[in-house]
Amino acid sequence: MPLPWYSQPRAWPRWVSLLLAAGLVLSCARGESPPGRTEVDYSRPGKPAYGDTIVLASIGDASSMIPNITGDSASHEIASFIYNGLVKYDKDYNIVGDLAESWEISPDELSITFHLRKGVRWHDGVEFTAEDVLFTYRLMIDPRTPTPYSGDFLLVKSAQVLGRYTFRVTYPKPFAPALMSWGMWILPKHLLEGKDVRESPLNRHPVGTGPYLFREWKTGEMILLEANPDYFEGRPYIQRILYRIIPDSATLFLELKAGGVDWTSLSPLQYTRQTGDAGFQKQFRKYSYLANAYTYLGFNLKDPRFADVRVRQALAYAIDKQEIIKVVLLGLGEEATGPYKPDTWVYNPRVKRYPYDPERARSLLAQAGWKDTDGDGILDKEGRPFRFTILTNQGNEQRKMTAEIIQKRLSQIGIQVDIRIAEWASFINYFIKNRRFETVILGWTTGQDPDLYDIWHSSKTLPDEFNFISYRNPQVDKLMVQGRHTFDRRVRKACYDRIQEILAEECPYIFLYVPYSLSVIHARFKGIQPAPAGISYNFIRWYVPREQQRYHP
Amino acid sequence: MLLYILRRIVLSIPLLIGITLISFLVIHLAPGEPTGIHTDLNPRVTAASKAQLRHLYGLDEPLPIQYLKWAWRSARLDFGRSFSPDGRKVTEKIGERIPVTLFLSLLEMLVIVAIALPIGILSATRQYSFFDKATTIFVFIGFAIPTFWLALLCMNLFGVHLGWLPLSGLKSMDYSSLSWGGKLLDRIRHLLLPVLVGSFGGLAGFSRYMRSTMLEVIRQDYIRTARAKGLPERMVIYHHALRNALLPVVTILGLSVPGLIGGGVIFETIFAIPGMGQLFYGSVMARDYPVIMGILVIGAVLTLLGNLLADICYALVDPRIRLSKER
Repeated sequence: MPLPWYSQPRAWPRWVSLLLAAGLVLSCARGESPPGRTEVDYSRPGKPAYGDTIVLASIGDASSMIPNITGDSASHEIASFIYNGLVKYDKDYNIVGDLAESWEISPDELSITFHLRKGVRWHDGVEFTAEDVLFTYRLMIDPRTPTPYSGDFLLVKSAQVLGRYTFRVTYPKPFAPALMSWGMWILPKHLLEGKDVRESPLNRHPVGTGPYLFREWKTGEMILLEANPDYFEGRPYIQRILYRIIPDSATLFLELKAGGVDWTSLSPLQYTRQTGDAGFQKQFRKYSYLANAYTYLGFNLKDPRFADVRVRQALAYAIDKQEIIKVVLLGLGEEATGPYKPDTWVYNPRVKRYPYDPERARSLLAQAGWKDTDGDGILDKEGRPFRFTILTNQGNEQRKMTAEIIQKRLSQIGIQVDIRIAEWASFINYFIKNRRFETVILGWTTGQDPDLYDIWHSSKTLPDEFNFISYRNPQVDKLMVQGRHTFDRRVRKACYDRIQEILAEECPYIFLYVPYSLSVIHARFKGIQPAPAGISYNFIRWYVPREQQRYHP
Repeated sequence: MLLYILRRIVLSIPLLIGITLISFLVIHLAPGEPTGIHTDLNPRVTAASKAQLRHLYGLDEPLPIQYLKWAWRSARLDFGRSFSPDGRKVTEKIGERIPVTLFLSLLEMLVIVAIALPIGILSATRQYSFFDKATTIFVFIGFAIPTFWLALLCMNLFGVHLGWLPLSGLKSMDYSSLSWGGKLLDRIRHLLLPVLVGSFGGLAGFSRYMRSTMLEVIRQDYIRTARAKGLPERMVIYHHALRNALLPVVTILGLSVPGLIGGGVIFETIFAIPGMGQLFYGSVMARDYPVIMGILVIGAVLTLLGNLLADICYALVDPRIRLSKER
């Protein structure tokens, strides 16, 4: 019987077979099956146990381990394991104590007195006191500190240490967002005082008070954290956090499937179409919860066409939000009706909505004087056809697709839409700052304090400020000021409810959608309970039962 | 000869200044600033804190002053600190990346030479044979395949479906607990895919080049002479023809020296290799001017050095060049 061509002795010189043999040896050198392939039943809840490692992945490396001077999400994510603030959000976005055990707001609402936890130690063993808080505050307002977050702290009139565990800040007038601004990470005074923060070794070897201790950072490769056995809320179950830097999202997804990553976020496509097979279901759990963000179409109100509220409302009726959610997010999102996400205390569901209704859109436009007089299929007014550009930034596929869907829907009611996509830096510096846009698709992150002042107040229209659509409504201005200068939640709720109604009625943005945050975590991690604040709020209580643990340090 | 080298070195100084000036201008003219990348459209960041950041980084000074300051510091080999919040020294940042990239590029180069040269020689000596045609097809596929796509396919096959090789990174999580041999093996397993995929594209170009120079040499008179005097074919090809055909190939190798530290962005990104390509790309995206300039200067110096070296070699080999320049 003739041998197949590839096994004929002469077809492959000896070095080839040697190479092949070497390759076999290399690939089988770790004969035991790679992690993730062994048959462990992950469906059992098991008992909480200490140990194991969770492998996270990030697209970008952290820039510094002193999060107060960084703006990137990787640094902030790592920092949240290492540092604490005085206060934090619980799973329902209520403000609760973190390093502060409790706090009092003075009757005139001008000062906040924090009572700090006693006996908390920095990772190097030194005790945490009110001096550290005062130091962090002074660092944040020091003009030599390269921090983008000094704004919140420059409002403070005075900050005093009243005792080893008592700290008081006073503001010139009551300021509601002030409380949460003390969620800023507190830094160790004894290691940073008198030094240039940019050149401090803490940038690479942080010392915090948080649930995890810093162990190792290999630039561009990985960051390793280890559980803090003395953490004041109890020792975390998961012993180590390995934060891998994997810059390519396709690689990241493959790594997840191969068992090299335990926790990552997914795109709607991956969530619905690429993670459904039985093998995947056995090994991973998927989680979805409303993201702290919304996407909108904003009008440049300086443009006379969009200054007319009927035109804005007509466009809102002409856009099918459900269609956008179905196509762009594959159904993984909810309609946005205002600047808050639906599961928060401040959200007002009773506002004017704009269901898809092209007939109504046409009649509103006709009222505003837009009619197709020359019969070319495009609406016109005073001889000018209704044609405008939707601007959005490069690199965000969802915004691009949204623009395309809107383009199609608007063409059906006789409005011609062009789409322009600009690279981020020129998007901001050329188009947004100079108001060189007609409409823009963008998103805002929400979830912090409900304060809307920076985005909607009529005074915030300078080139570097955020009311770039030039919205102006004296009543909204007044309500916003009232809402931010009281700590009374009932009063605030009333203010923001009314603001939501006005914004929905006036339609300066067409609020499009709130996407779901989609993440996938290996099935051996238990104790994960999705809540409005996401899943990571109770991270230190996640555990892997002893028999399901994979990594044994 | 010495005079010639000296003159070349002196001449390259204005060239270097020109390169840095143009690079400096171009990166500063591009829209966006280091302070803007994470702070644009972030309501928590006030305009005042932004202005303060600009002042801290010296971005509020006129461009010519900024350039002169930079040039003066660089002339003393101080490339400053990165604008990213960690504020590390530029030299330190680059220094930790270069070994990785250099090592990978050298390995790739080795693989390319080791495979492409034999292919080129064989397909030249057996022009239009089955082997020649097969390698031609292979080579054009190699040219045409986008590296990132091939990389993803290989990762999916060897990493996910077969589970033979690790997907990305340079070492495993349990690296530190491995024995000496285990560490070596772990390194090799991680390098296998990047090096093979990375050399695939280069393989194509190089073997084609080798083939054509070889074909040219084979048609020369002295090869005919060698054959005519009855030398065995082996001797003719490998002793006489190959040596002469290799000369231009070696020149190309020399010219690719600056490329050795460049690294590839897409490639490094896919395999999660912390090399120069990623550093450069990241710095450009973050408008981290000191790091960008540092990398560009190193690249410029290496290119100038490479050219100088090539010229010197030519001069050494070819008396005509040497003489005409000294005249």
